Amino acid sequence: MSDVTPYLVLSAILFTIGCTGVLIRRNAIVVFMCVELMLNAANLALVAFSRQHGNLDGQVAAFFVMVVAAAEVVIGLAIIMTIFRTRRSASVDEASLLKW
Amino acid sequence: MVPWVIGLPLIGAAVLLVGGRHTDRWGPYLATLLPGLSFLLSVILFLHELGAHDKSHVSHLYTWIDAGRLHVGADLLYDQLSSLFLLLITGVGTLIHVYSLGYMAHDPRRRRFFGYLNLFVAAMLTLVLAENYLVLFLGWEGVGLASYLLIGFWQHKPSAAAAAKKAFVMNRVGDMGLSLAIALCFVTFGSTSFAVVSHGVAHASEERMTILGLLLLLGACGKSAQLPLQAWLLDAMEGPTPVSALIHAATMVTAGVYLMVRSNFVLDVAPGARTAVVVVAVVTLLWGAIIGCAKDDIKKVLAGSTMSQIGYMMLAAGLGPAGYAFAIFHLLTHGFFKANMFLGAGSVMHGMTGPDGEGDVDMRHYGALRTAMPVTFLTFAMGYLAIIGFPGFSGFWSKDKIIDAALHEHWYVGALALLGAGITAFYMTRLMLMTFFGERRWLDGVHPHESPKVMTGPLVALAALSVLGGLLLLGSWIQDYLEPVVGAPPEDSSGLPAWFASVLTVLVVACGVALAWLLVGRRPVAATSPQQVAWPVTVARHDLYGDAINDTMVVAPGRRLTGVLLSVDRYGVDGVLTGGPFAVGALAGVFRRLQNGYVRSYALSVLGGGLVIVLALMVVNWQ
Repeated sequence: MSDVTPYLVLSAILFTIGCTGVLIRRNAIVVFMCVELMLNAANLALVAFSRQHGNLDGQVAAFFVMVVAAAEVVIGLAIIMTIFRTRRSASVDEASLLKW
Repeated sequence: MVPWVIGLPLIGAAVLLVGGRHTDRWGPYLATLLPGLSFLLSVILFLHELGAHDKSHVSHLYTWIDAGRLHVGADLLYDQLSSLFLLLITGVGTLIHVYSLGYMAHDPRRRRFFGYLNLFVAAMLTLVLAENYLVLFLGWEGVGLASYLLIGFWQHKPSAAAAAKKAFVMNRVGDMGLSLAIALCFVTFGSTSFAVVSHGVAHASEERMTILGLLLLLGACGKSAQLPLQAWLLDAMEGPTPVSALIHAATMVTAGVYLMVRSNFVLDVAPGARTAVVVVAVVTLLWGAIIGCAKDDIKKVLAGSTMSQIGYMMLAAGLGPAGYAFAIFHLLTHGFFKANMFLGAGSVMHGMTGPDGEGDVDMRHYGALRTAMPVTFLTFAMGYLAIIGFPGFSGFWSKDKIIDAALHEHWYVGALALLGAGITAFYMTRLMLMTFFGERRWLDGVHPHESPKVMTGPLVALAALSVLGGLLLLGSWIQDYLEPVVGAPPEDSSGLPAWFASVLTVLVVACGVALAWLLVGRRPVAATSPQQVAWPVTVARHDLYGDAINDTMVVAPGRRLTGVLLSVDRYGVDGVLTGGPFAVGALAGVFRRLQNGYVRSYALSVLGGGLVIVLALMVVNWQ
């Protein structure tokens, strides 16, 4: 059993960076990258716990997350492309038509 | 046989009104024939019963209402009182039908007119033949309906439509009184039958009987155009003239007097109600007479006169057993001479029809018609002499008796009735002078001519009745005849001899005639009514401000009340119901602002939500 605390701290830092990016950045690509950052922070935490517990459950979950992230990238980038084509901008604040 | 008296005109009304255009050609003749047959039946019944000992009998048609304690049969009562009414209604009614054949000959809707006339007669017959107040009420409402239809017969004229509505609405006020009276009868006696009520009055409290009497009086006021419900009668002149004759002589306005006399058992035990009847009657008889003095419209003069004469009848009814028989006596003679004069006025209007086809009613355009229309003039003169009470004519006997009875009651009631007789003489003489005497004031294009025989025939018959109506009093016949219904008159107790009232009346009447001669007969009549007049004339021309009083006392407060109720409904009742949805809507308007379309704010909400959940879990799992 090794100490996984540094990994978990790194995971928390990465998650916080990603979260802050999602909340404050306007460029859709950057927001997207921040989302990926959060996912990978979660992956790191899963793998770290897997190591701590000595079984493979966390690692299997991390693979699933990667698959989901890949699918998400395909669809997300397609959406961003479409928005950019119609509005000539990739700012998430510009795409705010769907509201009250 | 009795039901057929009602049934025949009812069949006529049904055939004409349901049959539609198919009956256009022969309908009016059928409608004239059926009341005629009804009259024959009434005469046969009358002669048949004259010899019989027990003259009143009830015919039970069927059970009308049978609910709980309330049992009402469709019962008809034929007795002395209804027999006289039957003769008057069917007799005068038939004459008016015959007259209408000529008067309405060129009206495109005359089939409908005759249908309504028959309905009117049938309703009035139901009213006087009823054996209980509820059947009477049926006829009462039928009369109201028929009068509404007939007053507004020329519905293309807004004034006629308004007059019909006014008559209907004012009658509703009176009907409310009658329906409350019926309810009170049922509560007190458990029945609305005349027989039960007349036996029960002896045991009922006087207070309650006074209330009952006052409610009945309210009903009678509405139908008989007594104060304070008098205003509809003058406007009712918008109807065709035969209708006015029917309303004023045979049907409708006499219903109130009938109700009072029929309810004599109630009035006998309620002196308070009787006093109210006398007060209403005296005020009305003067009120109507004063209006009659100031009008230039010949029909309105006669309408004012009807109000006044009905006032005499109500006065007689209010005098109690001393007056009931005379009320009916005056009602009969008035039926004759007023029908005569109304039909005569119609004949004059018919003769004075201008190039526009409208009959002229303004007496200022008449004058010297006695040569142009001799038959109308002579018959009208008979009616005139009868109404002012010229010695020997029918009105003399009947009015004289009422004044005599009034003098016995209180000298001031008698004095006011005498004054009314004087004013009556004044306005009727004025009418005669302006219409038939003086110089010609005819408008251009008017060629007065005598009316056709079908119109003058009824006039002659009614004129004869106006002259001879007094025969009913021969040997106190009418008092003895009606005694089983209305009770015996008390023995004369005052010191006045019988001839005293007669002489006094004749003197007052002579004064009235002389005054009319001085003011109207001697001088040429202006072609338009003078505008510079003393204030009493102005007041009388405006019907003594009857309409203005109604407007300020009833209509305006009613409108205000409606306005208040309307706003209570709108803001109170509706407010409660619409307030909830409105509050939800307003709240939603505030919260939907959260949905602002910015992805980052949604993300923040998600983060916030996640934090809340994590914190909550930590709190819950805190060891």
